[in-house]
Amino acid sequence: MERQDQRIGLLSALPMGVVLLISFLAPMLVIAVFSVMPQKVFSLLHIPDFSSYKLVFTQGYIKSVLWSFGMAMASTVVLFVICWPLAFGMAKVFKGFGIFITIAVVVTLFVSENIRLFGWVLTLMKGGLIEGHLRAWTGLTFEGVLYNTPVIVFGLVYAYFPFMLFPLIQGIAMVPDDARQAAADLGATRRQIFFEVDLPLSAPGIVIGSLLSFVLAAGAMAESKLLGGQTVIVIADEIETAFTYGQNWPLGSALSIILILVIGALSIFGINRVNLDLIMGGRRT
Amino acid sequence: MKMSRSARIALTLYGVLAIFFLYLPIISVGFASVSKARYLTFPIKRYATKWYGKAIESSTVQDLLWTSLSVALLVTVISMVVGFFGALAFARYQWRFRGVFQKLILLPIFFPQAVLGLALLLWFNALGIIPSWKTAVVAHLVWISPIATLIIAIRAYGFDPSLEEAARDMGASTWTVMKEITGPLLWPGVVSAGLFAFLLSWGNFPLSLFTTGADSTLPEWLYAKMVSGYSPLVPSVGILSIVTSIVLLLFGVIVMWLIRARSETLSAR
Repeated sequence: MERQDQRIGLLSALPMGVVLLISFLAPMLVIAVFSVMPQKVFSLLHIPDFSSYKLVFTQGYIKSVLWSFGMAMASTVVLFVICWPLAFGMAKVFKGFGIFITIAVVVTLFVSENIRLFGWVLTLMKGGLIEGHLRAWTGLTFEGVLYNTPVIVFGLVYAYFPFMLFPLIQGIAMVPDDARQAAADLGATRRQIFFEVDLPLSAPGIVIGSLLSFVLAAGAMAESKLLGGQTVIVIADEIETAFTYGQNWPLGSALSIILILVIGALSIFGINRVNLDLIMGGRRT
Repeated sequence: MKMSRSARIALTLYGVLAIFFLYLPIISVGFASVSKARYLTFPIKRYATKWYGKAIESSTVQDLLWTSLSVALLVTVISMVVGFFGALAFARYQWRFRGVFQKLILLPIFFPQAVLGLALLLWFNALGIIPSWKTAVVAHLVWISPIATLIIAIRAYGFDPSLEEAARDMGASTWTVMKEITGPLLWPGVVSAGLFAFLLSWGNFPLSLFTTGADSTLPEWLYAKMVSGYSPLVPSVGILSIVTSIVLLLFGVIVMWLIRARSETLSAR
């Protein structure tokens, strides 16, 4: 039986393995090789000179990198704070209503991100849903709240809400009620229960949720373009420009590699911390 | 630990508020799509459905629909097959590289999709393949087939391996076991994975952006029009795309429900 498992396991992994090999690992290798090519070449048959990396560090691209990671960090923190109470309610308090929320949130995932962000533009712009109605009903008005950094962070929070919420629910569901009860019986305050029982015991969910929202936000582009106008150029935007208008593939590749390295390191660190079998509901470990 | 009544009510209100926020932008698009004016301002004074008519008649929109549909259907079928076997390797069998496999599957999900798309573009270029909607299928698969695998894996974790062992002990071949035991048991997971795959592919923008070449999918066209050269068709085409998703979702839920009803009558016999 053991040998049988080995053989069938390997065979079943094959199709997925082939997909990942030809469409994930190979492209990553290509982009890595491109990133060390001389400027503005379109093939891999040149002598590497690492000039793109020099450009990245001297031409101010680092600013975009910092903006992206800064805004990703901010949105992750905000997401954690606003998702925690809801996740707690869904894991421990709500019953039928929790299922309703789950379905309602999942359905939004199937609506293209563009359309939802465009909806926010319509809602928040001057003459939009909020300002337009406010002016029509009360005569009051305000300048549009679009095209600044906070609204980009708001967009990131909105877009990646489910990616924080669902892992948090999984994490909080792993906290045994007995542990919370015992802590309360022994005289722990609410604060203490939160910091010393809830947080550590739901850590796997927190790690996955924060990681997902940070990583997705760091590589996001639509939020800053649609909601932010041209106030901030994020790294994904710079990468796109380098490939399209700039026609400088090696520069775009070098910028991508920097993003990939940071995100890859964080993901591998996070994925290694959690027991996948346990989170997915498996019984064996 | 009992929660006080007021805290419970506050939490419920918080949940309602969260849902309201999630749907507010979609409501705005809905209103915008039925506004008669070419240049939209709220509050909307005159309503009209003419933009829907124009959108459906437009040959550009029809082409977009076909491209999006072809990509999504192919992605769905391939993800279901790959995900079925991938889930077995992920959850069911104890084999040597299972741990590595599990982690490798998660990596593409964590990756920025725009960068994945670009890397694929470079790779296709190096291979001498001209990008079209078919290459977009490959791009979508990188991200969607791992998700399909995870969804089916949840189902695979839940089933009792002794069922397969019993069949094997009674002399069934590996193929027969797959067909008669494993397949039917995982089938509900495979259907919901297929549904997810279709919907995620249908709405995906960042992966399509660089990999469709001269072809264009619905979300790509919408984005292009939002960023430059606004067209009053944007809200109505957006709503049409959402309606398609919802109809499909309802259809999928009904299929799932029928499968469950059937398997219950089978086991009751």
